[in-house]
Amino acid sequence: MKILVAVKRVVDYNVNIRVKADGSAVETANVKMSMNPFDEVAVEKAIRLKEAGLAEEIIAVSVGPEKSQETLRTALAMGADRGVHVRTDIDTEPLAVAKIIKAIVEKEEPQLVLLGKQAIDDDCNQTAQMLSALLGWSQGTFASKLEISGGTAEVVREVDAGLEKISIKMPAIVSVDLRLNEPRYASLPNIMKAKKKPIDQYTPEDLAIDVTPRVKTLKVEEPPKRSAGVIVDSVAALIDKLRNEAKVIS
Amino acid sequence: MSILVVAEHDNSELKTATLNTIAAAQKVGGDIDLLVVGHECNSVSEAAAKVVGISRVLAADAPELAHHLAENVAPILVNIAKNYSHIFAPATTFGKNIMPRAAALLDVSQISDISDVVSGDTFVRLIYAGNAIATVQSSDELKLVTVRTTKFEPVGAEGGSATVEALAGSGDSGLSSFMGQEVTESERPELTTAKVVISGGRGMQNGENFAMLEKIADKLNAAVGASRAAVDAGYVPNEYQVGQTGKVVAPDLYIAVGISGAIQHLAGMKDSKVIAAINNDSEAPIFQVADYGLVADLLTALPEFLVELEK
Repeated sequence: MKILVAVKRVVDYNVNIRVKADGSAVETANVKMSMNPFDEVAVEKAIRLKEAGLAEEIIAVSVGPEKSQETLRTALAMGADRGVHVRTDIDTEPLAVAKIIKAIVEKEEPQLVLLGKQAIDDDCNQTAQMLSALLGWSQGTFASKLEISGGTAEVVREVDAGLEKISIKMPAIVSVDLRLNEPRYASLPNIMKAKKKPIDQYTPEDLAIDVTPRVKTLKVEEPPKRSAGVIVDSVAALIDKLRNEAKVIS
Repeated sequence: MSILVVAEHDNSELKTATLNTIAAAQKVGGDIDLLVVGHECNSVSEAAAKVVGISRVLAADAPELAHHLAENVAPILVNIAKNYSHIFAPATTFGKNIMPRAAALLDVSQISDISDVVSGDTFVRLIYAGNAIATVQSSDELKLVTVRTTKFEPVGAEGGSATVEALAGSGDSGLSSFMGQEVTESERPELTTAKVVISGGRGMQNGENFAMLEKIADKLNAAVGASRAAVDAGYVPNEYQVGQTGKVVAPDLYIAVGISGAIQHLAGMKDSKVIAAINNDSEAPIFQVADYGLVADLLTALPEFLVELEK
């Protein structure tokens, strides 16, 4: 089995983001960028499936600017075998990314595509479901467990009510949640080795995909700040404040 | 304009998230139909018909729709989409699972997790875990939108008198099947709709200590939540998680106990009207957003809290 895993380059999760002064976007220049944390979990799962003898090859794919190759190198250093970079400077929407990955799926013919359930920049939570729809494949979203045997996969999904277990037919699209696993750090020798692993390059035009945005960002603002309140010195004082000042408990 | 709202329910009860989503749809304006997809869910359709502001309830009832598998539900949306200018669903795990699948089939770029409606094509949504607010305009003819429920006051559940029309499903895709679920049964209010939420973090140290939060919750008619750290550590199940990737809550009172206040957690609770925090680390970022902070060891503070409440 071949596994395709999608990775996105995003502002590192530890960065306190800043909105550009002109209100056009969030500042990404000179900001630490990393692989989307959910995608790291997806890469890790692909590697574990390979280590368990269930997959022969892992292909990491990323859609984005030139520097997305750094994110691909991270995936390769973790253990993916090769990369596919679809280069575009357009801020692609999930629908466009899904169309691009579909084109790559048709070239590579994987049995499983793993994606993070959402990217921590746009928080859209769409790409996996869209890809699954476009391919007419099954979808297992928000997975915290994934087991594959024969032609089916069992997925435990994290849903609002708790956990849901479904069985999905392969080939399948699975979007992963953070509790699926703890991603490994790439070792130095593997980082060196990753530099020699091949990365195929395409543009959306090569794949005949129109990535023109359908949604225009009119403005980006900072949310209203909550200001710090008061520090009370005892439990009794806290309850008194909640009862008599905020009036939120009786 | 004509808007379809996808109802969230469990085949017996209509979920409040549906009422918040209708409120968002009303800000667009126009007729609103409510789609109920499920199995043996007549009681839901009946309840849906009573919701204020609904023109028609469309009910698709079939065995393969019982568990809202996206592969079976999305085609129903696709079949009736041509009748609508907008399709709205709550940005819950139910809506997040189904809507993008329908959007791709309809070749629509979905707008996720809106916090406000500016006009029929312009919406406000939160990005970067709520640390930035984007106003976006869709050029798609049909708009598919998921709604951050805490940002819209629910419409009334009683008082309407919509007609109920049966809608055919499109059969079982055969791609996926439901095998089972693990749901914690609780008498306490639901996390996303409770007026008071008390949440524990890594500082709770173990699952047993959550019993102290539960006792306080019972006194306050509150729901119990948790930070991701507490869920990852196995103290409580995943459905307790509040944050960027868990649930978003906006109660009248949010009490954070032993929670440091990572931005990913704040993303899920900073719209709470009043925030109280108990933490032994006076430098914890949670104190920067809390209205009332208490620097104390939670193992002594929580029993005291319970005693004081009873006074």
